Amino acid sequence: MTRGPVDNGALRDWLRFFGRRLLQGLFVLWAAFTLVFVVLYLLPSDPIQLMLSGSGAEFASADDATIAQLRAQYGMDKPAFLQYLDALWNALHGDFGMSIQTGRPVADLITEALSQTVVLGLFALAIGLILGFVLAIAATLVRFGWLQQLLLSLPAAGVSVPSFWVGLLLIQYFAFDLGWFPPLGGKGINGLVLPAVTLSIPTAAFVAQILAKSLSVTMHEPYIEVVRSKGASRAHALFHDALRNASLPLLTMVGMIVGNILAGSVVVETVFSRMGLGRITYEAVNAQDIPVVLGVVTFAATVFVVLGIIVDLLYPLLDPRIGSQVRTHRRPRLEHTPERIAS
Amino acid sequence: MTSKRSIARWTAATMLTAVALSACSSGGTNATAEAAGDPVPGGTLVFGTAADPICVDPNQTDLTATRDILRQVADSLVDADPDTGEIVPWLATSWEVNDNATVFDFTLREDVTFSNGEVFDANAVKAFLDGIRDLGGRAVNASSYIEGYVGTEVLAPNQARVTFTVPNASFLQALSTVNMGVLAPSTYQVAPEQRCLGEITASGAFVLDHYTPTQEVVLTKRTGYAWPSGNAEHDGEAYLDRIEFRVIPEASVRVGSLRSGDVQMIDTVPVQDEENLGASGLGLLTTNRPGTVFELLTNNSHPILADKSVRQAIQYGLDLEEYKATILLPRNNVATSILSSTTPFYTDFSEYIRYAPDEAVELLEQAGWTPGPDGIRVKDGQRLSLTILNGHSGGTSQYELVAQQLARIGVEIKIQNVSRAEMLAAVDSGDYEFVPYGFTRADPAALTMHFSTKRNNPLRLPPSELETYLDEQAAAPVAEDRQAAVDKAAEYIVANNLVILLNEQSTAYAYNGVAGADWAPGGQLSLFDAWVQD
Repeated sequence: MTRGPVDNGALRDWLRFFGRRLLQGLFVLWAAFTLVFVVLYLLPSDPIQLMLSGSGAEFASADDATIAQLRAQYGMDKPAFLQYLDALWNALHGDFGMSIQTGRPVADLITEALSQTVVLGLFALAIGLILGFVLAIAATLVRFGWLQQLLLSLPAAGVSVPSFWVGLLLIQYFAFDLGWFPPLGGKGINGLVLPAVTLSIPTAAFVAQILAKSLSVTMHEPYIEVVRSKGASRAHALFHDALRNASLPLLTMVGMIVGNILAGSVVVETVFSRMGLGRITYEAVNAQDIPVVLGVVTFAATVFVVLGIIVDLLYPLLDPRIGSQVRTHRRPRLEHTPERIAS
Repeated sequence: MTSKRSIARWTAATMLTAVALSACSSGGTNATAEAAGDPVPGGTLVFGTAADPICVDPNQTDLTATRDILRQVADSLVDADPDTGEIVPWLATSWEVNDNATVFDFTLREDVTFSNGEVFDANAVKAFLDGIRDLGGRAVNASSYIEGYVGTEVLAPNQARVTFTVPNASFLQALSTVNMGVLAPSTYQVAPEQRCLGEITASGAFVLDHYTPTQEVVLTKRTGYAWPSGNAEHDGEAYLDRIEFRVIPEASVRVGSLRSGDVQMIDTVPVQDEENLGASGLGLLTTNRPGTVFELLTNNSHPILADKSVRQAIQYGLDLEEYKATILLPRNNVATSILSSTTPFYTDFSEYIRYAPDEAVELLEQAGWTPGPDGIRVKDGQRLSLTILNGHSGGTSQYELVAQQLARIGVEIKIQNVSRAEMLAAVDSGDYEFVPYGFTRADPAALTMHFSTKRNNPLRLPPSELETYLDEQAAAPVAEDRQAAVDKAAEYIVANNLVILLNEQSTAYAYNGVAGADWAPGGQLSLFDAWVQD
């Protein structure tokens, strides 16, 4: 749509596509919110009791009147469905209420935690992408069968090792034994390295898996064979001709990758004593702090939905074949798809 | 591991452990580092704590670890002797109590100020107690300590009279707790949520600098501090310039950070690490917590457990010495009463808790429980099978041992691990058989928390003379009368096997490169005398 002259028909098609994706996104958000509410509500425990009882082997000692008063304060004395409608209505206005455990606005908690997780996540994403690309490219270029098998099996291993174990090993070796990095990842850029590396491993494995598969397919495409027959080396063909196309499937996986990082932050932020979204999620789930869990899940769902829409909008720019599918009922334009270059 | 060096290290370590053990065996309240030299003022102590403090208001928090932090920040009207529990002066220099423990007259120190310059006087005491009352349910413990509070009269600038509608014999002890830490009058004008986030001003030896949720609490020394409790080892200001409590949820990272010197002190030392840490020359500060012992909360309304003979047989069937040898460390104590031996007014009632398997079998036979085909007893087609609903973190080995021991007398124990939330819900609704439990408070009033039928009644107890004894102990201002009432209550609980008793709760802190840290009463930590070594 940005490549050719924009006519009214194309714009209408595009708007229709965008509108449909937006509606789908809103539905996903609503479904996530509702599902979490129902699951939390079905749990047998009582968040007010949990708030009063603190930790350790002590039970709440407040009398019934106090508990009733607190229930009313948090609106938990109403029927479940009314609580749900209240929560949904407020959420639509961006108000997720107060954390039961800490008494603070959920929006504040998420905002404070977010910057820490974003920094950690971006760092981990960068490391993960570099490692993943290097691994996939090395596995594609290497000529020894056994080495290739070894490199190709690394991603599976990377996905399978538990993050808390990797994190503890890294702390033990690089923080306690060598003293290169602080064991508590809260402060400074130095404290970011170990948690980011821990968090990047599943991402690296995931990226390597997808890219290696995609490269192996792309490297057998006819247009690569043409390039090769003109005398280009494998490496040249890979870097100049195959890599860009082979990377495209990764773009559709951005949601998954960001999701992995968010999920991984729960473990990594706890092991490294860091503040962040994962940490508040962990604490909130333990304490059954319904408003916080609802807030975090809705936030995470929003991130997925927005990323999904952005990817859908970007994809036609990067792969014009998709763009022509968006403009349904219209004759595909002549564009420089890889096949055409090859033919 | 058999080189000369490691043998030498082991020997030294064993001796150090012996020192540590002998130091804490004397009542379990004092295990300060030996041969530390003379205190040196200055320096920062970094303390690794397992859990987020959540709310850094001494009046509102219910977490032991949070109270450890706030003990350094807030002073109390009185303190308690860590060994005897005797009430000693702090911000109040003297007090008088009327005969039925409803009116308390306090005379106050006149040289005390809060860190913002506000003066501590009778009006501040009034603002403090009124403030606790206004917090209501938000001050879970503190509000229960002032039940029946009528008000505080300012008799003179340094004289305050506190009145209750009902007797409150444990009020003085309650005042010594961190939950009853005195905050500045202006703090009680701040919204409770803001206080939780650190907007509090107090008169303690350290000032709360800031609290970053899930991360850290930082305290700085209060310059010019001159009113430590009578329990302190030195006068004047604290030694440390700064204390940073860092939240380190992962136990192995906490222990590793202590070994590497990244932190100087940690709480919640896992039992499996306790002996190792001591053996590697690091300091251990351990105590048996006052309050009720670790017990299996027993649902007294359950069809099987409502029968006293069954409950008694289960207690008699438990070999607590074997339990200690298998599960606990040598420094731990098995239960000898419902109250732990570090609780004031404790009396030994171990004759009711003895291991007597033959009597246990006889009791079960008489109650109609006869051996079934698989060794588990049956009665009217029902198996004698009971479940421990465990919602605590940590292992279940102690319950597995209980199950093994009770299988010998034909009682089947199943262990069901649930979330903490589910466990609490089960206790709340009475839908349980056994739940592990223990309540920490350095006063026999700890008993009313779960044996009184006036509150939640988690044991589902029928009304009995126990209620009278509990009321009596709350009303007796004279120590002898209170002792008599507490004994009656404790003996009733133990003799009727209202709960199954296991061991005294204990807790351990470890330190590295710091000296002078010690227990404040109630199993709380005091860092007033602490100083960092080079």
